[in-house]
Amino acid sequence: MAGVLDLILEPFSYAFMVRGLIAAVLVGVVCALVGSYVVLRGMAFFGDALAHAVLPGVAVGYLVGEGARGPLFWWALGTAVAASLGIGAIKRRTKFKEDTAIGIIFAGMFALGIALISSIRSYAVDLTHFLFGDVLGVSSADLWLTGISGGLVILTIIAFYKEFLVLSFDPILATTLRLPAQFFEYLLLVLIAVAIVVSLQTVGVALMVAMLVTPAATAYLLTRNLPRMMALAAAIAAASGVIGLYISFYVSVASGSAIVLTCTAIFLLVWGIQAFRQRSSSKA
Amino acid sequence: MDGMRLVDRLKGLRTPRFGEAHREGASTLEVSGLSVRYGARYALQDVSFDLGKGERVAVVGPNGAGKSTLFRVIAGVEQPSSGAVKVYGNQPGQHVCIAYLPQRSQVDWHFPVNVTEAVMMGRVGRIGYLHNPSTEDWRHVRQCLAVVGMSNLADRQIGELSGGQQQRMFIARALAQEADLMLMDEPLTGLDTPAQEEIFSILDELRQQQVTVLVATHDLNQAAERFDKIMLLNTRLLGFGSAEEIYTRDRLLQAYGGHLRLVETEDGVLVLSDICCDEDGN
Repeated sequence: MAGVLDLILEPFSYAFMVRGLIAAVLVGVVCALVGSYVVLRGMAFFGDALAHAVLPGVAVGYLVGEGARGPLFWWALGTAVAASLGIGAIKRRTKFKEDTAIGIIFAGMFALGIALISSIRSYAVDLTHFLFGDVLGVSSADLWLTGISGGLVILTIIAFYKEFLVLSFDPILATTLRLPAQFFEYLLLVLIAVAIVVSLQTVGVALMVAMLVTPAATAYLLTRNLPRMMALAAAIAAASGVIGLYISFYVSVASGSAIVLTCTAIFLLVWGIQAFRQRSSSKA
Repeated sequence: MDGMRLVDRLKGLRTPRFGEAHREGASTLEVSGLSVRYGARYALQDVSFDLGKGERVAVVGPNGAGKSTLFRVIAGVEQPSSGAVKVYGNQPGQHVCIAYLPQRSQVDWHFPVNVTEAVMMGRVGRIGYLHNPSTEDWRHVRQCLAVVGMSNLADRQIGELSGGQQQRMFIARALAQEADLMLMDEPLTGLDTPAQEEIFSILDELRQQQVTVLVATHDLNQAAERFDKIMLLNTRLLGFGSAEEIYTRDRLLQAYGGHLRLVETEDGVLVLSDICCDEDGN
């Protein structure tokens, strides 16, 4: 028994692990809440694209702030908002469908980010951190920034729950109720952008979309009540963050991928159990 | 700055209340010279008509005739290229009393809400920001469900409803919105006769409550039998009035071209069927 307890407690003796665990749980909860809307509205590709599109902002922010997190955060956020507005503009002003608009912006911005990073030698080391995250490198200052901005996202989602609900289920209803539909549409994009930026350090841009969609999708399998779906998604994401970090600590795999793989495993497990149950109940 | 005051201000900010934008003596719905153009193509061209309180109108016409576009403009979801829509004398955007009931095929029925939650959505504007539904709101929603005969389905997932129940749920949502003018996009398409009859008995109830209803439909016989007026639409307004006035050979051919079977019997009555229709009206 003592052995198991030691295994559980040992990571807590390292300050970087404690900070990493807090960050992983925080980011998981924020992404799961925002991600519930991403899943219900079919915005997974948009989320993935937005995550990749922040890379040039990250690069510039890194250069300007000389590695400090504050400027990096704001540059990344600004880039994400600019990218989502750009996607909206292409969709509205041309005959292309949204996924084409997303593809153009996403690939272009991501390429710009890689070009910026590769052209400056000192970046080379950190490229993998931006792409795949470095949750164990989280500082206390990062944690504060993550906590405050993540907290704001959670508060906004709770405060405007019924407005987001109407907008997601039936945008025309939102208009006939004379809600500021356009404002809430943009607000949701900003919330997705903030969720992405606070998750940069945990899972990185390449795996970001998993934090948005996988826990929410798993919860969607389990319940058909939206508040319960959000709560379950948050719990699954937080648990994945903790389990993933433990795996990363003991097996020494990259932390971001360990967290995402845990999310995926939980999804497959839930899906498998449900499929098995449905098959056995239809047989009986 | 003062955070609490901001929250209070936001709480006080509500959408226009029922009846506020209703000008005394104005028509329920007045459409004049309405055109909607997408590039070079007209979806609606120079449509004008006037509608009184409590009237029940069938909007008929082939696919792509502009029925959905007309509804979207009346609801204030889309802006006209020219012309004007006045509801009780004011622009649609100033009203919360216009309900648009979507085609059932355009709704995500897997969305994780139950019937009560979906109907409560009709009251979100009235509940106001940062407020939860009051006991009065819950009572109102229960009443709306009773009107459409769905009290026993209040906790049912929306995905588990039959087509007729889905349609009645939308009517309940429009009632929860306290709508004066309901725009129903093909509510009867795909429903069996008993389900259609349930809808019609609710429509009778709505007429008694002086609710004005526009229904897009493909069933020309039903339009003639069960509605006060028929609006024949194919980009232009080809006729607006009683079945006798509207269902003339020339007008119908103008609207439908070859997509309509016309049989002239001995006493000159036309037997008609719209053979072009499928699920989507646009």
